[in-house]
Amino acid sequence: MTHTAATNLPLAKPRKLLWETGVIAVITLICAVLLPFVLPTFRLKFLGRFVALATAALGIDLIWGYTGLLSLGHGIFFALGGYSLAMHLKLQIPEGELPNFMVNYGVAKLPWFWQPFHSFPFTLVALFTIPALVAAVLGYLVFRNRIRGVYFSILTQASLLVFFFFFKGPIELFNGTNGLKTDKDLIFGVLASSNQAQLVFYELSILCLLLAYILCRWLTSGRFGRTLIAIRDDENRMRFSGYNPTGFKVIVFAVSAALAGVAGALYTVQTGIISPSTMEVPFSIEMVIWVAVGGRGTLIGAVLGTILVSIARTLLSEQFPEFWLFFQGGLFLIVVTVLPDGLMGWFKNEGPDQMRLLLGRPRKVMTYPSLAEDPEVEYERQNLRN
Amino acid sequence: MSDKILEIENVTVSFEGFKALNQLNFSMDTGELRVIIGPNGAGKTTFLDVITGKVQPTTGRALFKGKNLRSRSEHNISRLGIGRKFQTPRVYLQLTPRENLDLSCNRHKNVLATLWGRPSGPERRTVAGLLETIGLTTKADIPAALLSHGEKQRLEIGMLVAQSPDLLLVDEPVAGLTDEETENVGNLLLTLADSHSIIVIEHDMEFVRQIARQVTVLHQGAVLCEGSMDEVQSNPQVIEVYLGQPEEDDG
Repeated sequence: MTHTAATNLPLAKPRKLLWETGVIAVITLICAVLLPFVLPTFRLKFLGRFVALATAALGIDLIWGYTGLLSLGHGIFFALGGYSLAMHLKLQIPEGELPNFMVNYGVAKLPWFWQPFHSFPFTLVALFTIPALVAAVLGYLVFRNRIRGVYFSILTQASLLVFFFFFKGPIELFNGTNGLKTDKDLIFGVLASSNQAQLVFYELSILCLLLAYILCRWLTSGRFGRTLIAIRDDENRMRFSGYNPTGFKVIVFAVSAALAGVAGALYTVQTGIISPSTMEVPFSIEMVIWVAVGGRGTLIGAVLGTILVSIARTLLSEQFPEFWLFFQGGLFLIVVTVLPDGLMGWFKNEGPDQMRLLLGRPRKVMTYPSLAEDPEVEYERQNLRN
Repeated sequence: MSDKILEIENVTVSFEGFKALNQLNFSMDTGELRVIIGPNGAGKTTFLDVITGKVQPTTGRALFKGKNLRSRSEHNISRLGIGRKFQTPRVYLQLTPRENLDLSCNRHKNVLATLWGRPSGPERRTVAGLLETIGLTTKADIPAALLSHGEKQRLEIGMLVAQSPDLLLVDEPVAGLTDEETENVGNLLLTLADSHSIIVIEHDMEFVRQIARQVTVLHQGAVLCEGSMDEVQSNPQVIEVYLGQPEEDDG
């Protein structure tokens, strides 16, 4: 893709946006309307989970791909969203009763922080606000003290462990490592694991992914998006231009956490369980791998990477259950060494040119497009040749 | 109200005992173009760091338009109206020159205003005008990473102007430029000097002669002498610590 001359820009932009909207609308419609009829229920459930995970990947892309902060702790926010919804489902029991596991561990009264989860509207708001608030507080403390780079990554990972033990520790509060199972619970009077409910979750996942995409697209375009890229490239320079990066980073981290929370909630009801294992280190790293494979700094790449890696994971795990982790590690190595910008990055930059070279039709190289396309320059070039 | 735009009073900056600035006193009138020279390690960059809030003075204070700059963060100082150009050009490489200028030109730099705001008509015209001034109109929409070193230097000066600061701090604007580019940058600075107060830090003596009206010589963290270029050049102390060597090199 080349940049067109400056004068064409105002025209080219809306047309490009129109194309993008069209393509996305078609894909969304195919996934939402056509696939439920085509795919067997069992496969559709898998796809629904991947779509939910892709929402989290968009969040990672926002904070890592655009703002340059590698978070290795998004499992926290994913789990917080998941636990919020699971707690609500666990409370779909006759008035005054306690969830099963609490009875088993001899809890007499529902803990105070479980109380508000009786309410569905509260749960709906909580499942993205709680992760966003946690991220905002954590982010504010970290960013205000100008902790960056690898130190930020280490801090997020350390927080991950804190939350892991918080949810794993007191077994009577969150059922410890067993986690909360939601498949036997009711949601609006329907069994959460029934095909009917699962189809609704599938459609909701697609809707959420679409909304998340639109949100991220809006955030990353325009001045705000350019500010994020500038922060990624040279944060200190931003300060001397009069920007305070802290606020920008806190907002982006919070939005990114909210997306992970939504993803966590949708993933939980589709798998039927949320447990502290989502806060183990490998899962948070896996989220980063999805974005790396798809191409960081491109929103489509994050979605594509998640779905491709997850499909590969499912197919491979079915065939060779014990080899997935090796494969995942290998995939990461390949991406880092061969495709540093991921699939989308390759496709955007050198991909088409390499393909043309392979086909024996290399592209005409231009140093400065707006100069090279200048009619006078073109005229001169042709006359010089003759 | 004094018409001093910048006053530095008895500033000492010490890094674990090493005094980068030592009881420095300096003041500058509004609208002045001042060149600061001095041998390596004289404290020139630390001097700018103190003004822009990157380094806090150990003792003493810096006043900008009568306001104390102590314990203000960098972005606050920048918003007061001090712009800084760094020694090596620091532009946002992934953004185009137009976007680089637009970010600096943005009048409301808090989070929400940036999120909701669109570049206004006047701002867009300012950016287009600046692109012309720094000669980057044809390259306005390619990533800044593809610009040459000299073009990046000019872009960064453009970004500085886009901020419309009252005081410009320019650290070695012609390092690594060809003679012709150097002269262009010199003329650019002289044009800017009509409407801004400017401090230029420079090593290149030819360039200093081109633009200098008032020169301050720093040595070992303190002001050695001040005056016109001729006065400074004939000062025996200055010749001893600094000017002597480059002159011989030139010959």
